[in-house]
Amino acid sequence: MQLTGAQALIKSLEQQGVDTIFGLPGGAILPVYDPLLDSTIRHILVRHEQGAGHMAEGYAMATGRAGVAMVTSGPGATNIVTPITNAHMDSTPLVVITGQVATSSIGLDAFQECDITGITMGVTKHNFLVQSAHELPRAVAAAFHLATTGRPGPVLIDVPKDVAQSTMEWWYPSGVDEYDLPGYHPTVDLDEAAVARCVALIGDSQRPVLYVGGGTLKSRASGELLAFAERTRIPVVTTLMARGAFPDSHAQHLGMPGMHGVYAAVTAIQRSDLLITLGARFDDRVTGKIAAFAPDAKVIHVDIDRAEFGKIRRPDVALQSDIASALRAFDAAGASPKNLDAWWREIRQWQADYPLVYDEPEVDGPLRPQHVIESIARTAPAGTIVASGVGQHQMWTAQHWAFEEPNTWVNSGGAGTMGFGVPAAIGAKAGRPERTVWCIDGDGCFQMTAQELVTARSEGIPIKVAILNNAYLGMVRQWQEMFYDERYSEVYLSPDLPDYVKWAEAMGCVGLRATNVKEMNDVIEEANKINDVPVVIDFRTDSSEKVFPMVPAGVSNDEILVHPSQRGGAR
Amino acid sequence: MNAPEPFAGETAHSPVRHHILSVLVENKSGVLARIAGMFARRGFNIYSLAVAPSESHARFSRVTIVVDAESAPLEQIVGQLDKLVNVVAISDIAPREAVERELLLATIQTDVANRTSLLDTLANAGAAIVDVDPGAVTVMLAGTPGACDDFERALEAYAEVELHRTGRVALPRLGRTIPATVEQ
Ligand SMILES: Cc1ncc(C[n+]2csc(CCOP(=O)(O)OP(=O)(O)O)c2C)c(N)n1
Ligand SMILES: [Mg+2]
Repeated sequence: MQLTGAQALIKSLEQQGVDTIFGLPGGAILPVYDPLLDSTIRHILVRHEQGAGHMAEGYAMATGRAGVAMVTSGPGATNIVTPITNAHMDSTPLVVITGQVATSSIGLDAFQECDITGITMGVTKHNFLVQSAHELPRAVAAAFHLATTGRPGPVLIDVPKDVAQSTMEWWYPSGVDEYDLPGYHPTVDLDEAAVARCVALIGDSQRPVLYVGGGTLKSRASGELLAFAERTRIPVVTTLMARGAFPDSHAQHLGMPGMHGVYAAVTAIQRSDLLITLGARFDDRVTGKIAAFAPDAKVIHVDIDRAEFGKIRRPDVALQSDIASALRAFDAAGASPKNLDAWWREIRQWQADYPLVYDEPEVDGPLRPQHVIESIARTAPAGTIVASGVGQHQMWTAQHWAFEEPNTWVNSGGAGTMGFGVPAAIGAKAGRPERTVWCIDGDGCFQMTAQELVTARSEGIPIKVAILNNAYLGMVRQWQEMFYDERYSEVYLSPDLPDYVKWAEAMGCVGLRATNVKEMNDVIEEANKINDVPVVIDFRTDSSEKVFPMVPAGVSNDEILVHPSQRGGAR
Repeated sequence: MNAPEPFAGETAHSPVRHHILSVLVENKSGVLARIAGMFARRGFNIYSLAVAPSESHARFSRVTIVVDAESAPLEQIVGQLDKLVNVVAISDIAPREAVERELLLATIQTDVANRTSLLDTLANAGAAIVDVDPGAVTVMLAGTPGACDDFERALEAYAEVELHRTGRVALPRLGRTIPATVEQ
């Protein structure tokens, strides 16, 4: 069967089981958009290519499958570099297809030419510049294989226009052997000797902590984690990227560690004698000052990516493995720590002394952002997916939303990309339409990518967006208040400009506003009833509210600042 | 690559703490940029780098990278290199287990006064003349990096026009410990 490269590309995506592409056409990718008309694949037309990338990320994080985005060359391609970088930092599986100028024009500064494989070399797991139509099926198959196996990540396929227009005899690689990836070996045999050393370290420990990172979700190891934790009674912390990997309602869960972590989670790590590190990477937002991080702890580091071993903290045992297999091996060997009663007594005391708290909201407003989040969470159906932007609202959501299952938390961790929330929520809803999807956004973040609500409305993707409108780039304001003598430089946004309700309505969404607790309850109830169009709620929150606890950047986790109402006494 | 200061008593060409990575890569466009970009991005230092087609010419090339094992732990460098999809195998060769060679080419201005001593210098080093014209010769030395260092120093006495070194290539010494090959 003779096909054009464009037809072969679409057919290859169908072969991979792709059901949704997020994208926006243009000159160089035009040939590929023609056969798309005849395909069963749903294309979601975005309003900015950054939106396409974040939607593909949200889709991937909510479904566990690779997200797919397609854009044109030049500015289309550069517009999607931010999401690619974001996916690279958070190990999210993406396949991004970019149009490219014809092979004969490459290197000649042709119209809308840009060296996107060069630009994205450092922020993709791999990329391809496809040289012939015959190579397209292999590139697609290899891209999905690379994106979704081992440590997942974004893969870019750059398709010159003439390659899409030329013809080929249809074929499709029958398996990994035909992917032409002689240097890629994502699976490893479990090192039994290393497992034995892990088991011995666990056996010797009296103050162990399961330090659970995003790799645990990527490895779909929540079931194994629950079984191992319950059998051993070891306390669990879940990083920002791992929220949902272990139920928040579970008595062994101490919550999130790190810069804005729960006191008991941060302190348990600090006092621990053994960190069982599962798919986490000792990010500076978790460790604080690295030299003072968990100073008495031995470290077991389990990761599929061996380059993580010793990158930040030298492990006592490194075990290269996916998390599920490692936990099964620990269980099979009966790994068990010493009696943990004394350890749990200490931890329970920290939890009792320093729970997550915030000031009661006053009746006539302004609203407390944490209270808004808890009120939304309380009325949201089980299994609701929540996305966020980056800033204070993100940290409050990570702290106050109770996550009970994997793949329900969609956020930008490693890159901290403002504007991630709205498009990521749309992508998540496109991938899991049966789920309720909330985006808890900041007013600053919302203004970066809000236009994708036009996409959501026109494509019938009814997400709910809660803007925690504090009229500020709040997280930056918090740093200026605490570390720059309250000298506020370029952080004020205004609560009324833009008018978020009118803006929402102009985009075909329902727009609501709440300025006090009563209105808050009313609009949440109203939003919960709307299931056909997107809803945007402007919650007027207190500008001066800060995120606590907080470990200031670069200091030891021992110097954690708790909420002002908890200060005095020991700390 | 940002070349670090040479260690005390050593030239930049033979650092004390160097390691040799013999890296088999797919012969695809951009592979060298991927390797160089990764080193730059991660702050790993390269002393020298040599590339040539390997045993199986069409498909693979061999890149010999002399790395500064002080700029980062060797296992970090190897681990990150290994993540590059086009990297097929990495052999880490400790200098004492390696046969290392380098090629040096130099063009030297000659006159009646210096010709005899130059010929002596060339003979002592085992260098050969590969090109001549009335005012200059181009000489070549293939030898250990140390021999190339010595020869380079010896040539400082002359008015050099140009000197080029290739950077070393290396293979494991026969009959010694088999180097750790990361992947086949
Ligand atoms: C694209 C981008 N630009 C700048 C920043 C730096 N930054 C981090 S949080 C923040 C403020 C976010 O403001 P808003 O969305 O209103 O959230 P808030 O902190 O007020 O909840 C800024 C500017 C960033 N993370 N991303
Ligand atoms: Mg704000």
